[in-house]
Amino acid sequence: MNNNRELLVEVKNLKTYFFLDEGTVRAVDGAEFNIHRGETLGIVGESGCGKSVTARSILNIVPKPGKTVEGQILYHRQIKGRTEVIDLTKLAPQSDEMRSIRGAEIAMVFQEPMTSLSPVHTIGNQIMEAIQLHQGLDKAAARELAIEMLKLVGMPLPDRIVDQYAHQLSGGMRQRAMIAMALSCHPSLLIADEPTTALDVTTEAQILKLMRHLQDELGMAIMYITHNLGVVAQMTENVVVMYMGKVVEQADVDTLFYQPLHPYTQALLQSIPRLGQKTREKRRLASIRGMVPDPYALPRGCTFHPRCSKMIPGVCNVEEPLMLEAAPGHKVRCHLCADVKA
Amino acid sequence: MAEAINHATPADGAKNPILLEVKNLKKHFPIQKGFLFSKIVGYVKAVDDVSFFIRERETLGLVGESGCGKTTTGRLILRAYEPTAGEVWFNDRRMGLVNVFDLDKNQLKALRQNMQMIFQDPYSSLNPRMTLLQIVGEPLLVNNVAKGTELQDRVAELLRVVGLRPEYMTRYPHAFSGGQRQRIGVARALALNPQLVVCDEPVSALDVSIQAQTLNLLQDLQEQFGLTYLFVSHDLSVVEHISDRVAVMYVGKLVESATTEALFQHPLHPYTEALLSAVPKPDPRMRTESIVLQGDVADPANPPSGCYFHPRCQYAIESCRVETPILRELEPEHFVSCHRAEELQLAGVLGKVTAKSS
Repeated sequence: MNNNRELLVEVKNLKTYFFLDEGTVRAVDGAEFNIHRGETLGIVGESGCGKSVTARSILNIVPKPGKTVEGQILYHRQIKGRTEVIDLTKLAPQSDEMRSIRGAEIAMVFQEPMTSLSPVHTIGNQIMEAIQLHQGLDKAAARELAIEMLKLVGMPLPDRIVDQYAHQLSGGMRQRAMIAMALSCHPSLLIADEPTTALDVTTEAQILKLMRHLQDELGMAIMYITHNLGVVAQMTENVVVMYMGKVVEQADVDTLFYQPLHPYTQALLQSIPRLGQKTREKRRLASIRGMVPDPYALPRGCTFHPRCSKMIPGVCNVEEPLMLEAAPGHKVRCHLCADVKA
Repeated sequence: MAEAINHATPADGAKNPILLEVKNLKKHFPIQKGFLFSKIVGYVKAVDDVSFFIRERETLGLVGESGCGKTTTGRLILRAYEPTAGEVWFNDRRMGLVNVFDLDKNQLKALRQNMQMIFQDPYSSLNPRMTLLQIVGEPLLVNNVAKGTELQDRVAELLRVVGLRPEYMTRYPHAFSGGQRQRIGVARALALNPQLVVCDEPVSALDVSIQAQTLNLLQDLQEQFGLTYLFVSHDLSVVEHISDRVAVMYVGKLVESATTEALFQHPLHPYTEALLSAVPKPDPRMRTESIVLQGDVADPANPPSGCYFHPRCQYAIESCRVETPILRELEPEHFVSCHRAEELQLAGVLGKVTAKSS
């Protein structure tokens, strides 16, 4: 379905490891997916599955002792009408080229708007910093644009908020300010890392509506990182499911919710209580047994096999499954699906 | 308004007796200014005239957004805070029907054996310097229920009940994952075989798969031990799943309470309607345009006039701005505080129901 759209970012066999005293944590271990221009991609998984580290790898801001050890992140950059392919993993984090991409062409909205905004700078100054740095505008013009951006994200009284500090704003307004900052340089990819997790439901609805509206207006690609399957269902076109640093399933959102192939995706979908189904008498929630394995000692074979209800002894606990294309655009990493393909 | 809650309505026959009844509960926290000669400059009305009841062996879900007073309400019931006004009637196993706020120190200690709490954050609610034996055994020890080997046996049994291995007894909390820690918290709450357990956001800090395990555990335990839960949460899907009845709070006030089905299928308060529509539904074929409320939640230190929800309510009329609505029983066991509750046709989770069926 995306074949007619241009590629924007290709993540190929990405491996980002953290080298700690206790051992090596393979936070991202061979992640692979593509993002097209204007596409909305969801990345789902439980905490510790590597979804945030994947995002940080794309922006080249993996915190120390972490390092991208293998793989490519190919960014298709458009400069003056022609496309240039850059491997972001090859750039030094502090290089001029990386800096000109980060924040301007690939921007990020973080989960916790209180800790990711500076408490000692006004909202306006923080937005203006990005604008002055990337677009070379003078202070007055940057301020104009900052107010313009605040207006765009639906901030009430933008010309007053521009001189206020983060602590003077509510959670929803802070997240709006974060979005305004991220969008101020018209990025081609916006990475939203749990953008609404810290917000209340009614505020979440406001922010999601805003994101949808802004995407229609500005046409950027958005990568939603979330553990909330509701947000995924409502907001995305294509979904990548991650488990222990690996992509286990990838499909368009409808297929993923209605014909999931990987036992982990199936279990995840069954384990959430759904609004509108009075489930109490009828069924218990199907829970995934056990817990996420210790990152220092990953199980052999398929990392999900100790928790999987369809585990094949002698196969799943021995051999690592490969990524298969079960149907056009529907990829899955599971031994059970090997027959589907054949 | 308290009269509206009737202890024995005719339709009550088959229903369980009421275990806990909260009447006109208020908690106003003073706002102080100055250091040495500090004076009170105002009050945060965290809980402002809340009334509801819970029957034996049922689960009441208490929902609302952050700062609406749901946690404060839970703590007031255990008298962890002293209330500004109001009563909490509890039908204690030993003492009979008592008002929690009238009890003296010893009576309160006895009462709290029958009222326990499970906290939100399993990382900060367990003492890292205590072993599981000490954590789970502490309530048994301080209440002189068990000691020595008897205590160990009882703790082992409790750990088994919540799905942990008894051998873990000598370990410290850091050795356990979030889900397991929450189980430890549950074991501690069950140690004295309580009647009521106040669960304050027990699954909010957990991952989806662990959340399902914990919810199943809570339901199993309820059946096994005949527990009654007050389930405080902001997650409407979780509340719908676990609750028999639900109460919705907004800026310290109770705006609606009803059976789960009634509340989710035909809500009577516009705030409930907006809350239900705001939840992102985990179904890509149900991409509904949710009702987006304007502005932010009102400041509980300086609430708007009349109905606290009126500045954000799409149905607000003049009287909403002037007159404070009171909680009234519009349908049997369906309480609502809205001036226009009779005339409005609000949408539930399944969309608008034109012919109200209950």
